[in-house]
Amino acid sequence: MALTPDDVRDVLRVLDSSGLDELHLELADLTLTVRREGATGWTAEQQVLRAPVVEHTAAPVAAAEAGPAQADVREGLVAVHPPLLGTFYRAPQPGAPPFVDVGDDVTEDTVVGVVETMKMMTPVHAGVRGTVAEFRLGNGEFAEADSVLLLVKPASGGGVR
Amino acid sequence: MTSPTRLRRLLIANRGEIAARVIRTCSLLGIESVLAASEADLDSLPARLADRVVRLGPAAASASYLDPDAVVRAARLVGADAVHPGYGFLSENPSLARACAAAGIVFVGPTPESLEAVGDKLTARSHALTAGLPVVPGGEAADLAQARAVAEEVGYPLLVKAVGGGGGRGMKLVREPADLAHTLDLAVSEAAAAFGDPRVYLERYVSSGRHVEVQVLGDGSRAVALGDRDCSVQRRYQKLFEEAPAPLLSDRLRAEMADTALRLCAHLGYRGLGTVELLVDRERDTFYFLEMNARIQVEHPVTEMITGLDLVAEQLAVAEGLPLRIRQEDVVLTGHAVECRINAEDWAAGFRPSPGRIDRVVLPVGDGLRVDTHVQGGSVVPPYYDSLLAKLIVHGTDRADALARARAALDLLRIEGVTTTVPVHQALLADPEFSAGGVDTAFFERFLHTHQPDLVGAR
Repeated sequence: MALTPDDVRDVLRVLDSSGLDELHLELADLTLTVRREGATGWTAEQQVLRAPVVEHTAAPVAAAEAGPAQADVREGLVAVHPPLLGTFYRAPQPGAPPFVDVGDDVTEDTVVGVVETMKMMTPVHAGVRGTVAEFRLGNGEFAEADSVLLLVKPASGGGVR
Repeated sequence: MTSPTRLRRLLIANRGEIAARVIRTCSLLGIESVLAASEADLDSLPARLADRVVRLGPAAASASYLDPDAVVRAARLVGADAVHPGYGFLSENPSLARACAAAGIVFVGPTPESLEAVGDKLTARSHALTAGLPVVPGGEAADLAQARAVAEEVGYPLLVKAVGGGGGRGMKLVREPADLAHTLDLAVSEAAAAFGDPRVYLERYVSSGRHVEVQVLGDGSRAVALGDRDCSVQRRYQKLFEEAPAPLLSDRLRAEMADTALRLCAHLGYRGLGTVELLVDRERDTFYFLEMNARIQVEHPVTEMITGLDLVAEQLAVAEGLPLRIRQEDVVLTGHAVECRINAEDWAAGFRPSPGRIDRVVLPVGDGLRVDTHVQGGSVVPPYYDSLLAKLIVHGTDRADALARARAALDLLRIEGVTTTVPVHQALLADPEFSAGGVDTAFFERFLHTHQPDLVGAR
C-alpha cells in the first residue's frame, strides 16, 4: 500500500527536527525517499512495488501483429507514417466519406487521415505527390509511430518532401 | 427513502488520478476497492494501489470505460455493492445508473432522472428557468420582426447562434442594430448549409466572462453549498488551473451564486455531489447559469483544501442513503487553494500530446501541499486516454501565499520521461495579470500569444 500524504508529512516532521537531509525507506511493497531541497522545500519519491492483483483474466488478447507484411513497402511506392502514435481514422467523423481512397491523387499537403492521441486529433499529410495505392491500416486501428498507414505511388518527377 | 446500505466493496469504473483518489478514501474508510481496468491500465499505479483489479475490456475506451454493460458485468463478477464512475467516461450516463439499479448495485451518483435533467444544455436550461435561475438572456428569432423584439430585450452587442451549432461553431456577432437584418440573413443561410437546420436564436454577448462554479452536495431532500471555484484559465474549453474561492467577487454576488446553485438542487431533489457552472459577466457584474455537472470534478481538491472535507467520503455516504452530515452553517472556508493540472503535452509544440514511459516522479511534499497522480517511475502513459498526469494542489493563508507556495512547489516537481506542462504553469504563475486575479476565459489565449515565442526561444 502507498503511504498517505499524512504519513509522508509525519516522516517529514521527524526528519526536519532531526537535521537530516535525506531518508530512504524500504518496505515490503514500497520504497520512499524524502529529500531536503534548499532552505524550506522537501520532495518525496515513492515507488509502489506491489504487483496488481488482476482477477478474471480471460485468454490473453492476441497483440495486433504488425509483422513484416504491414511494414513491407514494395519498390516504387512510398509509405505514409503517422506524425505520432494514436488511433487512425480515415474520415473526419463517423459516417463521413474518407479523406482519400485508393486511386485518389494527392499532393504533399493532402490530408489522408487523422490520428487521435490522448483525445487530441492530429492530421496526417501525404507528404508526397502521387496516387494512393493501398491502405495498410483500417479505420479505427491503432497506429504505432512507425506503422505504415498507406502507400502512395509517387507521380513522375515527384518524391518524398 | 430506502434504509441505508453499508458499502463494503466498491468497483471503481475509471482510471488515472481519480481512480487513485477514490482508492485512497476507500482505504481510509475500510471499504474494499476493486479497480475495473482496461487492458492498457492493468499495471498502472491505481491497479497497484487497489485491493483488487478486474479486467474491464480492451484498451479502447469505447469497449471498456465507456461500455455500461462491461462495467455492470465487472461489478457482478466481483460482487461489488457499489460502482464509483469517477468523472468523464460514464459518470453522467443515465443508462449506467439504470443498469446498476436493475442489478441491485448502488451507483455513486445522482438518480437517472437528475442525470437526464442536466444531461444536455437545452434541457438543463429549461430546468434552470423553471427553478428561477438567471440564464443568458436571449430567444428564438424566426424572422426579422421577432429578432428585433428579442434584440430590444437582450441589448447590443449580441450573438446570432445556430440551433444546430455548438462548441463555438455557428456564431455571429452583431455590434449594433443596423447590422441585425443583414447578419440574421447570413446566419440563417449558413446554418442551413452547415447544420441542415436554418433555425437561429439571439443571445446576449458576454464580452468578458469568468467561469465560476459552486460545489454542491445533496442527499435528495436537502443540499449544502461548499463554496465556489474559479476555472477561467482555459484553453479550447479545457481547464488548466483552478482556485477556491473565486477571487475578487463581491460578497453579494458570491451569496447569490450559492443561493442559485441550491435553488437548482432543490428543484431537482438532487442527491450526490454536483457542480453548478456559472458565467460571470465582468462588465455587468452579474452571472448566468451555464450547466450542471452531476459528478465529482477534476478540481474538487481545491474545495477539499479550504473546507477540510473529504468529498469522496461525503459522496459515498449519501450514496449509502445516509442523510447529509454537514449543515450549511458548519461549512467554514479557510485560506485559499489553487490547482495546477500537469498534462503530458508539449506546449512549445502546440500542446502536442506526449505519451510514453515515465522514468522518474519526484513530488514536492509539506504542509498545505498535495499531489494527486497516477504515475510513478516506470509507469506508461497510454495514448488512448486524456493527458492528465498529476494535479498539484496548494493551500495557503490567502491567494498570494498560495501562489507563492505553488511557484516554489512547481520548481521541485519533476516528472521525467515525457514532456509536461509544468513550464506553462511556471510562466502563468509569473504573469502579473494572472497574479492580480479574476482573469476572464479569454485570458489564456492572450497569455499564450505573448509568452509562447519566448518559451520556444528558451529551448
